[in-house]
Amino acid sequence: MKTKKISKFAQTNLITYGIAAAAFIVVEIMLLTGSMSSLMEGLLVPLCTYAILAVSLNLTVGILGELSLGHAGFMCVGAFSSAFFSVCVGDAFGSDLFRFVIAILIGAVTAGIFGLIIGIPVLRLRGDYLAIVTLAFGEIIKNVINALYVGRDSKGFHISLSPLTLEPDGKMIINGAQGLSGTPNDSTFIIGFILLLMTLFIVLNLIHSRTGRAVMAIRDNRIAAESVGVNITKYKLLAFSVSAALAGIAGVLYAHNLSTLTALPRNFGYNMSITILVFVVLGGIGNIWGSMIAAVILTLLPEMLRGLNDYRMLIYAIVLIVLMLFNWSPGARTFRARLKEKVGRHKQTEEVK
Amino acid sequence: MHLRRNKDEKTIGLVLAGAMVLSLAACGQGNGGSAQDDGTTFRIGGIGPLTGNNAIYGNAVMNGAQMAVDEINADGGINGVQLEFDFQDDESDAERAVNAYNQLKDWGMDMLVGTTTSSPCEAVVARSNEDNMFQITPSATSVNSIQYENAFRMCFSDPSQGTASADYIAENGLASKIGIIYDSSDTYSSGIASAFESEAQAKGLEIVSKEAFTGESNTDFSVQLQKAKDAGAELLFLPIYYTQTALILAQADTIGFEPLIFGSDGFDGILDVDNFDKSLAEGVMFLTPFSTNSTDELTQNFVQKYEEQFGGTPNQFAADAYDSVYVIKQAAEQAGLTADMSASEMCDALKTAMTEISFTGLTGKDIQWGADGEPQKAPIVVQVENGEYQILQ
Repeated sequence: MKTKKISKFAQTNLITYGIAAAAFIVVEIMLLTGSMSSLMEGLLVPLCTYAILAVSLNLTVGILGELSLGHAGFMCVGAFSSAFFSVCVGDAFGSDLFRFVIAILIGAVTAGIFGLIIGIPVLRLRGDYLAIVTLAFGEIIKNVINALYVGRDSKGFHISLSPLTLEPDGKMIINGAQGLSGTPNDSTFIIGFILLLMTLFIVLNLIHSRTGRAVMAIRDNRIAAESVGVNITKYKLLAFSVSAALAGIAGVLYAHNLSTLTALPRNFGYNMSITILVFVVLGGIGNIWGSMIAAVILTLLPEMLRGLNDYRMLIYAIVLIVLMLFNWSPGARTFRARLKEKVGRHKQTEEVK
Repeated sequence: MHLRRNKDEKTIGLVLAGAMVLSLAACGQGNGGSAQDDGTTFRIGGIGPLTGNNAIYGNAVMNGAQMAVDEINADGGINGVQLEFDFQDDESDAERAVNAYNQLKDWGMDMLVGTTTSSPCEAVVARSNEDNMFQITPSATSVNSIQYENAFRMCFSDPSQGTASADYIAENGLASKIGIIYDSSDTYSSGIASAFESEAQAKGLEIVSKEAFTGESNTDFSVQLQKAKDAGAELLFLPIYYTQTALILAQADTIGFEPLIFGSDGFDGILDVDNFDKSLAEGVMFLTPFSTNSTDELTQNFVQKYEEQFGGTPNQFAADAYDSVYVIKQAAEQAGLTADMSASEMCDALKTAMTEISFTGLTGKDIQWGADGEPQKAPIVVQVENGEYQILQ
């Protein structure tokens, strides 16, 4: 029994970091031995991005117990603010890494502030208002960016909601629907992985701290939490804006992985928000490492199925349904439990022999 | 939404982790397992949306390029070397396009015909420039799509289309008061619209209304049309695709607004829209590099063959892609490419050859390229008359 003394929390932490570390080692070995395909190599940064998104959304959905349908909106804010910064600065800093670190901070802080702005009015309410407001927020951000023109010339910055005419030496930075181009490709797998570890560290520590317990108390029974003096709005806001800031970081990774950034329904619309929610639900609501793995699988799957051409999307959908049923349907759960029991009994009898 | 910790979770975790390891392993195999370029063929890759909203363009590009590859192979290939062609889906998304590009690299691609749409092309061209991979895009129109020297373009760029349209309207005195309706969420549309606006002002045309719609509100145009009507627009410039054009024409007819309509190459296909009263399109003019009604033998053969092989009339995307492959052929012959060269060596040779050749194909005569990758060719203006496209110029 002594060994079981390791707390349940420490155990989950261990599993979570262990999975991340194992994945990192496998990838590094494959990179070093050169056995990784270009496709896979190109997917490493997106995988980190989506894993961070899934983990951060799990903080809102699983730990705080609020439904957010605008996670892609926060990602969008982080992506555009940081890419704007990187394009403006250019090579002025001399060090790409330094510029990227500042960009990450800018992305996280901007997205966090937006999270706070959204959270202040909405998190005071009871019910599923957050879902509706975040859904609207995601769409608004996307449309605003599509109508936003920012340029810089000798007279300084110009911001407008209609196309700009600049001085001859001027340069458009955000060009309406054409978005932002020329973002430096600063995202690397190592940085992405460090950011993922940081995200895990922040989220896990938050969960297992006094704050986290307060947040979960609010989720489980608001009235009880209130009655023991937990400041509901404060803790809700805290968890929500941390989640938004982490989504902003994912946005920074996304933006600096591609040299062009446009706010399309495909990448920052509510479809993307739903996709992130799917990662969370498939991996298990409240299960941090589950959502991380689900994000990795569901991002890899459509790329792995490229060989199937026309049937790719069809099979992706079927696999998604099957995985979901296998993981969460009551029938499958009892089946698994029975299977486990059988295997367990089998082992026991072998031991007896 | 409750946090449940039970034995189930562990099983799920194991299953998920197992799936992840399997898929990782599959990736590793992908490299070793796929047939590497053995240096006996030229491998041409293509990228475009085969699924999603823009699937029609990606499929057209794939079909057009496939046709050209088949023809060239039947004719004995390039410098006696056969071609192989692989087309990957990007869903018109930058991230997916980069994945598709990497997939093609694993396959052993020597040169790229793609990508089909602008924004993904910008993301891919940054990678292909790093790899020094020759790239010719049949249909990505934004300026930045070919910003590096390894990339060339078959179609007109957005600004050149806007400028050419304004010039044509001014020179032929079609109208002096112009209304614009464009899709602000689309790079193609907004790119043409802004170039058109500045050129029109330079030529002394008056823009009386400029109204936008977005990809999510592209079915009701009554507000935009009413504004253009109230502002007294004599000509409506529509740098948009034909599906929306058909709706605009029908809705303009309902409110009794009958301006001249001038459009961009996205209009191509307007006469094939289902349930569309073709008489509404009478007199509509648009700029296009390719018209199925061209009487020259090349176009007629292409259209006939395309209809036989894939069904349906080819659009300009198919024509651009078809031409792109033939441009590669001509440039490769000029450069004397051999199959044992690496993709990077081919790119260096093709870059020089591209500025030396003069190409005649479906989308233009005597097209020449500068080092910036932009094609020099004359636009054709087409007008709908009696339910047929007629070439004006």
